[in-house]
Amino acid sequence: MVIYPLLWVVMSALKTDSEVIRQPLSLIPAKLNWDNFARAWGAGHLGSFFLNTVLVLAGSVTLTMLLGSMAAYALARYEFRGNRLIYYVFLSGLTLPVYLAAVPLFKGVYNTSVYLPMLGPNKHLMLILVYVAWSLSFTVFFMHSFFRTLPNTIAEAAMVDGASHSRLFFSVMLPMSKPGLISIGIFNVLGQWNQWYLPTLLMQSVAGEEKNQVIAQGLIELSVNQGYKSDWSGLFAGVTMAMLPVLVVYIIFQRQVQSGLTAGVGK
Amino acid sequence: MRHGVARFVTGFLALPLGLYLFYVVWPFVQAAGYSLTDWGGYSDTQNFVGLDNYVRLLSDELIRKAFWHNVFFLITVPLFTIALALFLAFLLNVGGREDRAGIRGVFGSGIYKIIFFFPQVLSLVVIAVMWQQIYRSDGQGLINGLMIKIGLVDADNPIAFTSDPEPFLGVPAVLWWLLLIAVWSGAGFYMVLFSAAMQSIPKDIYEAALLDGASRFHTFFRITLPLLRDTVSVAWVYLGFIALDMYALVFVMTPSQGGPNHASEIFASVLNFTAFQKGQFGYACAMGVALAIFTILLAAAQLRITRRERIEY
Repeated sequence: MVIYPLLWVVMSALKTDSEVIRQPLSLIPAKLNWDNFARAWGAGHLGSFFLNTVLVLAGSVTLTMLLGSMAAYALARYEFRGNRLIYYVFLSGLTLPVYLAAVPLFKGVYNTSVYLPMLGPNKHLMLILVYVAWSLSFTVFFMHSFFRTLPNTIAEAAMVDGASHSRLFFSVMLPMSKPGLISIGIFNVLGQWNQWYLPTLLMQSVAGEEKNQVIAQGLIELSVNQGYKSDWSGLFAGVTMAMLPVLVVYIIFQRQVQSGLTAGVGK
Repeated sequence: MRHGVARFVTGFLALPLGLYLFYVVWPFVQAAGYSLTDWGGYSDTQNFVGLDNYVRLLSDELIRKAFWHNVFFLITVPLFTIALALFLAFLLNVGGREDRAGIRGVFGSGIYKIIFFFPQVLSLVVIAVMWQQIYRSDGQGLINGLMIKIGLVDADNPIAFTSDPEPFLGVPAVLWWLLLIAVWSGAGFYMVLFSAAMQSIPKDIYEAALLDGASRFHTFFRITLPLLRDTVSVAWVYLGFIALDMYALVFVMTPSQGGPNHASEIFASVLNFTAFQKGQFGYACAMGVALAIFTILLAAAQLRITRRERIEY
């Protein structure tokens, strides 16, 4: 029930177009047509979608992790005025619907480009910053509870040895949080790889400028706007390639994903 | 020393908080402000109109329709997903052959848990594009093809799926077809969640029940379900949020993004159409604020209802 549709997509990616149309149900193609993948990769722009996504993700996930754990650490382990308030401000992002912010966000990005062209619409650096900002809520929430569990004695010992606050964080606390960091890191990779609404909103592609798009957005445009014309097997190949990296990441790290997602839930 | 702490905390918080305030909080605040104006979005003229947009919202036929569709998903998505996930989790964990222990899952349950989880990590976009092909209405889609082969569907008159506005059980058929995708993609995750919770229930409770001659049906409703109440209520809250966010599915799966004939319109689709197609940004922001208030009220209500004393074991 779950696996059959997935298998069907993968097998259809290996069929010829006429096979997809004449025998849509058979799972086994007469001949394995690997060139469907090559065609989707090149003519379907999937290659550039992949490259864009990987570039954006490399920047945004690294930055999300760094900024998210810094904020979470400061909030979790230091008492100061406004601590609770800032924590709740970060948390509030979990409940607000992204659609509400859509219009001002779109306008803000548009206006910024007047002064800072590299942060304008259709720019990857801008997409990175927006991804980071929108991923901070959950990252701070997750890492906050993680830093709280770390024992105090180690921190005290390091301080006695003369370590500065930031040295304590970077050389002691961060390495100690590796399990938590891996979980939230994978979570961010999966979440940002799958982002569709934010890029669609902020990368309003002009015809012929598909080269800037990320994978989820590119795939939608191809299927909704019929970019593949009637290249069904090409579309199947595209879908297969888009889900492959996620499945590989998931299979390798499935324990961390499941324990991360279920953290704090149930008993 | 104190001074060092202040400087350190400021240094660590400045960048993340600044970024967050600028790209997340500030747009929300602005949206609330715009909702009180008649701003069109592509011009500089905006006049303060007070609560006019909200008054208009109340009498907007399309928004009313979208609201009820949101409510439909809000009820059905959690209900069906949780029911299916509980059933699967029960099968995997306690539904196996009744041998000595009598409380093991069916054969290969570990692999099932990995496979069922797949849709959860796939993006909604991949899922949507995939289901587009499954739902193709020209007899070559997966379901139509199968049904025609078995003879359940007339080849000249295939199922229209997401372009079918005809009501079924009181709501347009297209909504049921969208619901099926949502349940398919979510059930695996909640199955894993419930499995984890079921495994933490001490086995001797089941053994005692089995010794007393309880049937499997009884064990499930008398023991498993009550002990899972916490987890189920958390799942309900999560799924509530997912149900409000069906936009990607509506966008990709339905004709003219909310069609046919507005049969699958939801809050988000109306909002986007109003803002970017009709160019009524002020009014669209009012919709956004209404949606946010609705969401927050809902979350508060759910938390209230589900916060009861825990069962300790």
